[in-house]
Amino acid sequence: MVKDDLKKSNTSKRWLFTMAWRDGKASGSRLGLFMGSIILGITAVVAIQSFSQNLQNNIALRSKVLMGADYLIDARQPPNERVMEIIDSLGGAEGMEVNFASMASFPKADASKLVRVQAIEGNYPIYGEFETVPPEAAQQYQGNNGALVDATSMIQYGLSPGDSIKVGRSTFEILGSLKSTPGGSSTSSTLAPPVILPYSAIGETGLLQTGSRQEYRYYFRAGEEMDLEMMYKKVDPILDAEEADLDTHTDISRRLGRGWGNFGKFLNLVAFVALLLGSVGIASSVHIYINEKLRSVAVLKCIGATSRQTFLIYLIQIAGMGMLGGVIGTVGGIMLQELFPLLISDFLPFELEISLVPQAIILGLLLGVTLSVLFAMLPLLNTWFVSSLQVLRVTDENPSRVRKTAVFVFLAILAFIFGFSLWLLGNWQYALAFVLAILVTFLILSGIAMLIMKGLKKYFPSSWGFIARQSLLNLFRPQNQTMVLVLAIGVGTFLISTLYFTKDMLLASTTFKQNSNSPNIILLDVQTEERQDVIAQIEPRGLNVIDNIPIVTMRVSSINDVPVNTMRLDSTTQMNKWVLYHEFRVTFRDSLIESETLVEGNFVGNYSGEGPIPISLAANVASDALIEVGDKIVFNVQGVLMDTEVASIREVNWARMQLNFSVLFPTGVLESAPQFHVITTNAPDEATSAALQKDLVKAFPTVSILDIRQLLGLVEDIISKISWVINFMAFFSILTGIVVLIGAVRTSKYQRMRESVLLRTIGAQASQILKITALEYLYLGILGSGVGILLSLISSQLLALFAFETSFTPSLEPFVLLPGITLLVLLIGLSNSRSILNSPPLEVLRKEVR
Amino acid sequence: MTKILKVSKLGKTYTSGSKSLTVLDDINFELEEGETLAIVGPSGSGKTTLLGLCAGLDGPDTGRVELCGWDLNSLSEDQRARLRNKEVGFIFQDFQLLPTLTALENVSVPLELQGFKGAATVATELLAKVGLADRVQHYPSQLSGGEKQRVAIARAFSNQPSILFADEPTGNLDEETGEKVIKLLFDLNKEAGTTLVIVTHDLELAQKNQHILRLKGGKILQEAGTTVW
Repeated sequence: MVKDDLKKSNTSKRWLFTMAWRDGKASGSRLGLFMGSIILGITAVVAIQSFSQNLQNNIALRSKVLMGADYLIDARQPPNERVMEIIDSLGGAEGMEVNFASMASFPKADASKLVRVQAIEGNYPIYGEFETVPPEAAQQYQGNNGALVDATSMIQYGLSPGDSIKVGRSTFEILGSLKSTPGGSSTSSTLAPPVILPYSAIGETGLLQTGSRQEYRYYFRAGEEMDLEMMYKKVDPILDAEEADLDTHTDISRRLGRGWGNFGKFLNLVAFVALLLGSVGIASSVHIYINEKLRSVAVLKCIGATSRQTFLIYLIQIAGMGMLGGVIGTVGGIMLQELFPLLISDFLPFELEISLVPQAIILGLLLGVTLSVLFAMLPLLNTWFVSSLQVLRVTDENPSRVRKTAVFVFLAILAFIFGFSLWLLGNWQYALAFVLAILVTFLILSGIAMLIMKGLKKYFPSSWGFIARQSLLNLFRPQNQTMVLVLAIGVGTFLISTLYFTKDMLLASTTFKQNSNSPNIILLDVQTEERQDVIAQIEPRGLNVIDNIPIVTMRVSSINDVPVNTMRLDSTTQMNKWVLYHEFRVTFRDSLIESETLVEGNFVGNYSGEGPIPISLAANVASDALIEVGDKIVFNVQGVLMDTEVASIREVNWARMQLNFSVLFPTGVLESAPQFHVITTNAPDEATSAALQKDLVKAFPTVSILDIRQLLGLVEDIISKISWVINFMAFFSILTGIVVLIGAVRTSKYQRMRESVLLRTIGAQASQILKITALEYLYLGILGSGVGILLSLISSQLLALFAFETSFTPSLEPFVLLPGITLLVLLIGLSNSRSILNSPPLEVLRKEVR
Repeated sequence: MTKILKVSKLGKTYTSGSKSLTVLDDINFELEEGETLAIVGPSGSGKTTLLGLCAGLDGPDTGRVELCGWDLNSLSEDQRARLRNKEVGFIFQDFQLLPTLTALENVSVPLELQGFKGAATVATELLAKVGLADRVQHYPSQLSGGEKQRVAIARAFSNQPSILFADEPTGNLDEETGEKVIKLLFDLNKEAGTTLVIVTHDLELAQKNQHILRLKGGKILQEAGTTVW
């Protein structure tokens, strides 16, 4: 034999697979547990990825139907001549619409409701259709001067075609119930259900008044050769200058996609956390698994296997299990995504068609293998470094070599998490923040686990009884489960309770103190001449008029002597240009209100008549418009130019449910300008509120009524729907935590078995062993869930402080998690000991672990 | 006759913290092809360490081991593994069977590592030879101690080794089973003409060998009636 013979291996790769299979099939149930750890995470990631992709595809495919046209031009006021010229030059619009919010009353039901009126002329929708019952109503309403009314409202008020609806001063016959409109979602129609009328009849309603919020839309069909992008680039700037806007169907799909995109990214991260949690489970299970295999590895090396061969045998096993986990997880994900449309259908403007997304499938399979191998690598490397001498005696392995490699593996794991989150989020700063957040959470949890182990070791209560001492010992002796269980339970609890707390904060920031001084009915668009009559309807009922706020609409004409037209063309400015196009709704008063805080300058309440008018700007507007105290702004108040100077800047709490203003004038200026009013009152109960609304709509058909009580109900409904989806995802984390827990407990079972049996052999009672085990898992459960909740309290406090800017009072639900999860941990732990307790010691001792 | 094992000036010291313990000191001996040697001595005398060093399972601190013509110091860990695979067989006190492999698979592995195609046939024959024809598909946990050791013997002979190292082969067996296993081991050894190195406490077993090496405190004891190198 020459030395070269010793250099090369005669073993085929097939043998490595054969060995991996032989060994793996005898360890099947234990390998299955590693696999289980990642299945749920992969299921969640694949489901969301696949669903997101399907949603984007659906939106892209249906963008024309969602818009009802190839492109549209919209404006907040009747288009001027220049805009009409552009419309003509584009070949004329096929259809047009003016839409606005208004009260509508249903005489048959003796009820009224805030609706979104869409007055339509010509051929709209060009693509898609109004889905009505009866179907022909969609074609008839224009010719027959009839109305199409939102189907849910029809059911709500017991209406049927042939009944009537009163909008403004006109009454229309309802020709059909409207089941869907292009781009309309169930949520948007709950806020203000659509009512479709012929445009020709809208003048008579008297609702198109100056100051009321309305939108004009002109719908176009594009010629086959038309390049929409090019046209957009050419026409949109011209329209912008005329306070109009051009949108193409691709814009719509992009906007819708973005809306889901952020939410989808968030859900993806939650799923990814579940996956990482599962990966920690893999690391811990493989660690225990490989430790038990080291003797076999040493035997293999002794009879001639190389380090590489033994390493590859177990690598193949783990990668194989990872792949299988990936396949099962991916199949699960594909099935799960079918559920998503049910969860979020209310937010979608169309019915979703789900199909297979290859990208998500490949992702699931790759994730299974990559994460398994990556997180199992550290324990796997032990097979490389273990010495064949282990067959003769337990020897010290080379810890410095292991440690050096561990650093590389750890860096590789971090790089993977960063890379994956970068791919998910598309922004390296966010990805870095996510990695850091994960790192900090894991470090805190593992730090606490380590501290507890060290603390117990150092200050061990030696005077305690046998059972208490044994159970505490289990927490820190070699191959304990403290670290992995605290991590798994901690992260799961942390996620779930943070989500709960966040939901509380979201709800808290939208609710307001219910007392007789806070308005719950807001009357919009009250004309000056109607004001006293409206008040006369309110006060005799014993209700107070809380606000009577005058509103004057105006636009910016120039800032510091630079005309808006010049600024609009300035491509170098950092200014947020919406300010230059916006129609401001301005009020005047002599003092600040509760939701406003002066942050700069002096607030001037009354105008003396000399010099420019001292106004107050909201801080967000000042910062968007790059305006400081002392800057001069000229406003165009319906044709009259007014010179003003920014005297103060206010921080406005927009989250407060009350009327807030970007621009505030002093008294003594706008009193005689054309204006309308917002009047608010508080109706103590539903019945008073309904009666007031009914009478007001009858007497003042052009006044719109916002019922805050109803609105809050809707907001809560929306938030609870969203939080349902979030909870659903967080559930995956907890479930993964449980699987990891079962995995860790089951894997360590084989270690614990011998010890428990030895204890029994030397005379321990079953109840004593049971108590030792129960106490150990009780400690672990309390520790993991306790730390998780503590962390979530801290993170929620930070969220409240920086993100929601609200005070944070934790709700009780998350605290129910603590005993719940502890109980679960306890049950899993105890179920594990059953087989030990029920078998005679010799039987267990003979059952050498296979 | 060719020297199959040549040990010269062999020394091994273990360090634990600041303390160092010399386990073997200045060990010299040689063994010809086909000879049998028993290494005896009290617990902690360095018998197992010597066996490990001779088989290339560990490296010495001083001196050298030449196994089948190879200076083990000049070989890498993997080269030593391949040398063992081709030339060495092992039998251990606690059997050291792979618990997740059947008896047949355990015996096949050394041959499979050589890339030998008919491993299963040879392994089946060997298992029949050691009287386990009906236990080929059993896992180690389903076998008695004596049966496990017979599987280990079959595995040790499967690659037709030039030298066989046995570490207390009867240490975990009752007397009767132990005798049967030793008879099997010597019969097979005679048939194959393999060099045999046995570490044992059992003087009766030691006497069955051509040479006896007595160790005490890591050194070779020179005693009457003992072959000394």
